Amino acid sequence: MAGTAVRGRLTWQTATVGSVVDETPQVRTISLSAPDWADHRAGQHVDVRLTAEDGYQAERAYSIASAPGEPLSITVERLDDGEVSPYLTEELRAGDEIEVRGPIGGYFVWDAADGGPLLLLAGGSGIVPLRAMLRHRERLGSTVPVRLLYSSRSWADVIYRDELDRSMDGVAVVHTLTRQQPPGWTGYARRVDQQMIAEVAWHVADGPLAYACGPTNFVEAVASALVAFGYPTRRIRTERFGATGQ
Amino acid sequence: MEPLETGVLDGNAIGGLLLEVFGTEMTVAVGTCGSCGTASQVAELAVYQPGLGTVVRCRHCESVLMVFVRARGVTCVDLWGLASLA
Repeated sequence: MAGTAVRGRLTWQTATVGSVVDETPQVRTISLSAPDWADHRAGQHVDVRLTAEDGYQAERAYSIASAPGEPLSITVERLDDGEVSPYLTEELRAGDEIEVRGPIGGYFVWDAADGGPLLLLAGGSGIVPLRAMLRHRERLGSTVPVRLLYSSRSWADVIYRDELDRSMDGVAVVHTLTRQQPPGWTGYARRVDQQMIAEVAWHVADGPLAYACGPTNFVEAVASALVAFGYPTRRIRTERFGATGQ
Repeated sequence: MEPLETGVLDGNAIGGLLLEVFGTEMTVAVGTCGSCGTASQVAELAVYQPGLGTVVRCRHCESVLMVFVRARGVTCVDLWGLASLA
């Protein structure tokens, strides 16, 4: 059955690259067209497989950047010592083909029925699945209030900066820039800590639902700060990836 | 639940592998550690991928719960460390 997607079975399929857009010097969004792709949920990911000429294969999971109902796209950060991301961010061109399978995951997802208020916490490219949730919310016309706390190294490293700058009804975006700040910066300039959580997070009495995504140390720091602030662990959903910028 | 060290992944990262092996979405399934009895969703377990395969450990006592090794297109699965997975 090679090449045919069987409903309910996870199979590799060929996807064609539609466009590539540079988000930052290190980060690129790649739109993909896969004929047998089933629609995804906000927060899910896709496995990408590359095969070298000698047959060597490498697989990586990438969060889906687009909302359900939008064409499939992923946002990839280049890791200098990576096997897959340098190819995706530097070599890949429109019209190229890569193998994908998915959508994958049922834990780190937000459906409208999950409600809110939502507290979204992103470290570096951990913004990607949260951006899918924001777009999903907007496309649905949902009025669930959202606070996004987004930790980046510098202003130049902020992914989807223009999109997040554009005011969205009921969405408050708070940045923290941990390494370098532009002249006149008045926002946070440190890693997320207990004090910042206390200032930004919804009060527990509001019944918030929190999603934290980023490098492991970011997610651990954020999750423990939320628990100390009184959030029940069952209201905190986490997703960790290999060490990168926050 | 013990915090994870830098570079350690969680069960979200192996959603595709688990879907391939079990034929259904498993990251929201609950695994119970055969050593200490701690129950947690697969997405919250500690995942190590040293290159030869995938090792999943309990976040409470660090016991090995699941091991996956792929060789010649076949995935070998060891669930010996789990008391249950549902």
